[in-house]
Amino acid sequence: MEKMSEGKTEDTNFFRTEEVVINMGPQHPSTHGVLRILLKLDGETVTDCEVVVGYLHRGVEKLCENKTYSQNIVYTDRLDYVASMTNNLAYVGAVEKLMGVDVPDRAQYIRIICSELQRIASHLLWLGTHAMDIGALTVFLYCFREREDILDIFEMLSGARLTYNYMRIGGVAQDIPDGFKERTRRFLDSFPGHIDEYETLLTKNRIWLDRTVNVGTISAKDAIDLGLSGPSLRGSGVRWDIRKAEPYCIYDRFDFQVPIGTKGDTYDRYLVRMEELRQCVKIVKQALDQLPDGEIMAKVPRVIKPPAGEVYHSIEAPKGELGFYIVSDGGEKPYRVKIRPPSFVNLESFKKMIMGHLVADVIAVIGTLDVVLGEVDR
Amino acid sequence: MTDLIRDIVIAIIKIAVVMGVCALGVAYTAYLERKVCGWIQSRVGPMRVGYHGILQPIADGLKLFLKEDIIPASADKIVFYLAPVICLVPAFTVLAVIPWSPQFYITDINIGLLYIFAVASLGIFGIVMAGWSSNSKYPLLGGLRSAAQMVSYEVSLGLSIIGVIIFAESLSMVNIIKMQTDSGVWFILLQPLGFILYFICGLAETNRLPFDLPEAETELVAGFHTEYSGMKFAFFYLAEYMNMIVVSAIGVTLFLGGWGSPFSFLKIEFPEGLGIIKTVLDALMPVFWFCLKIVFMLFVFIWIRWTFPRYRYDQLMRIGWKVLIPFTLVNLVFAGVMFFFYEKLKWYVFFPATWLITAILVVLCFRFIKSFDSYCMAEGRPQE
Repeated sequence: MEKMSEGKTEDTNFFRTEEVVINMGPQHPSTHGVLRILLKLDGETVTDCEVVVGYLHRGVEKLCENKTYSQNIVYTDRLDYVASMTNNLAYVGAVEKLMGVDVPDRAQYIRIICSELQRIASHLLWLGTHAMDIGALTVFLYCFREREDILDIFEMLSGARLTYNYMRIGGVAQDIPDGFKERTRRFLDSFPGHIDEYETLLTKNRIWLDRTVNVGTISAKDAIDLGLSGPSLRGSGVRWDIRKAEPYCIYDRFDFQVPIGTKGDTYDRYLVRMEELRQCVKIVKQALDQLPDGEIMAKVPRVIKPPAGEVYHSIEAPKGELGFYIVSDGGEKPYRVKIRPPSFVNLESFKKMIMGHLVADVIAVIGTLDVVLGEVDR
Repeated sequence: MTDLIRDIVIAIIKIAVVMGVCALGVAYTAYLERKVCGWIQSRVGPMRVGYHGILQPIADGLKLFLKEDIIPASADKIVFYLAPVICLVPAFTVLAVIPWSPQFYITDINIGLLYIFAVASLGIFGIVMAGWSSNSKYPLLGGLRSAAQMVSYEVSLGLSIIGVIIFAESLSMVNIIKMQTDSGVWFILLQPLGFILYFICGLAETNRLPFDLPEAETELVAGFHTEYSGMKFAFFYLAEYMNMIVVSAIGVTLFLGGWGSPFSFLKIEFPEGLGIIKTVLDALMPVFWFCLKIVFMLFVFIWIRWTFPRYRYDQLMRIGWKVLIPFTLVNLVFAGVMFFFYEKLKWYVFFPATWLITAILVVLCFRFIKSFDSYCMAEGRPQE
């Protein structure tokens, strides 16, 4: 009798609710490539989520063991494919550290110019896609307009527009061409005005504030525990920038600030990156002014054979700490290459940021983490 | 008998003209959207088909017509077929009472506005059915969102225009415009707040940014029409733009003086010497003004779409219930008070005074909502 009545209540319980599992990605307009997220939704609220990566796995680390040190630079281009210059820089920096090469000043300055311009380009791409995910479609095209300028500048420099393969162990591939300085200066002069333009559309926009303030908040402690780095960490108020903390190249010669946020929400990270854009302009201007004459390549042997040993070298890539751990057995090829990609580590905090928020916030958080899947999956 | 046949023929011709022109108008609204969007985003928009891409809408239509029509295997076929039709038909049916000029309208019924709102709200069924019948999760979420959104905003949409009805003393679309053109006072002057509220609700009703949650492309892929392709997709597309035109047309009728020329106070007439040309021009000018105002409204719609980000679902609901409804109620009460004083006071006293009071009311209303919000937050949150 009791059983029957129980069964009956189940049947008559017409408005029964249940959680829905939604598969977001790998093909989804705003998962920035092939990120896949399994979302468990209660209505529109995220109650559980699982990030699935690996759809773009190419085995870069293993491939690196089968090519010579110089040939591996090409692979690093394809990690964070929207910021190839900084990937190059991190890798050649690691090899140079292992070999003890002193890079000439002119090459150092060119490297700084490249990596800061690359940071601008990467942040522009982030801003455009982040804003587009939240619905501000026009910002996307404005950002790409300026990014196009940087790609043109890089094209002058390296002949490529996306995968530059420009840095070499011991220096850079070519000296800067004629007109490069003027072109870059022209861009730097106009760019702060464009930043203002983006900020007009977003920073004080009521809807933008509603969508980003208090979304994806992460405390400084959690951020450090999860190994966040780059603007995502600085948004939480931790002043950690490898350019300042352990200056590589010649970053100690430049005057720039490291902006930090307070609350660690999406809006703070947005502000941090916007300010970084302005700081980048400052650094590139200084570097152009100080650019000395001289060699662009150090004296390195044709066949690069670093001494047996291991090295870890990390730089402040646009997305965070990009590190290369290289083990050498004294041969022509590295024994082991391990990459510490910022996107992959930053993605760890996704679950923490999104739990209890709404579906619409999922994409805001993916956007704010600024992940590039080429780097996550390697 | 011949009278009857003549009436029927005239009615059919009118319907054909309105339907045909509006269907083409819809296609060119899409073109306008792409061109304006290109202009805003510092690019050129469609340029390939015809001069400055002028034939692009036709090419698009052809493409959609020739596309393969895919039906998901597990979809509910009948509902899946019906949904786009149910979405599109009300949008076109509403055109019956839109007065394009003093002489040219399909019909004028004394409950015109009521008819519009009754019919237009049917379109939502199409979206909900599409969301449900696709048997897929993203469309389902889109359908649910739109159901909630439409129900919420229908209320404030209806309330926002009651102020106008108070002044117009009629529900007939033609009479509402006549009231404005005769007195020379467009209702936007009497109901500025009403117009703004109507416009915001109109954005929400037509699923335009910043309220395009049912089809939020970056969240729900394409929302309720994710699984649709080919002509069925085109139906949704048509319905969306048709709704935009309808909402603009209603806005123009209610607030912007319909077919009335903004320069009517100059009392410029075409010279008598033109003869038949004058008759034609006199008949066409109201249509021209009406359409121009619609295009202006559409332009603002598009402008907003390409400028603002999208609201989140809970924020959308909050705005609908906590902001718009109080505002519409305040506007409604104030409209009643205004009507009492209207024409009892001199116009140069009446208008500045009412605008000032409206502004004060808006500020007070915002204040009230804000303090109510913070009060609720303080109640709901455990004390730290």
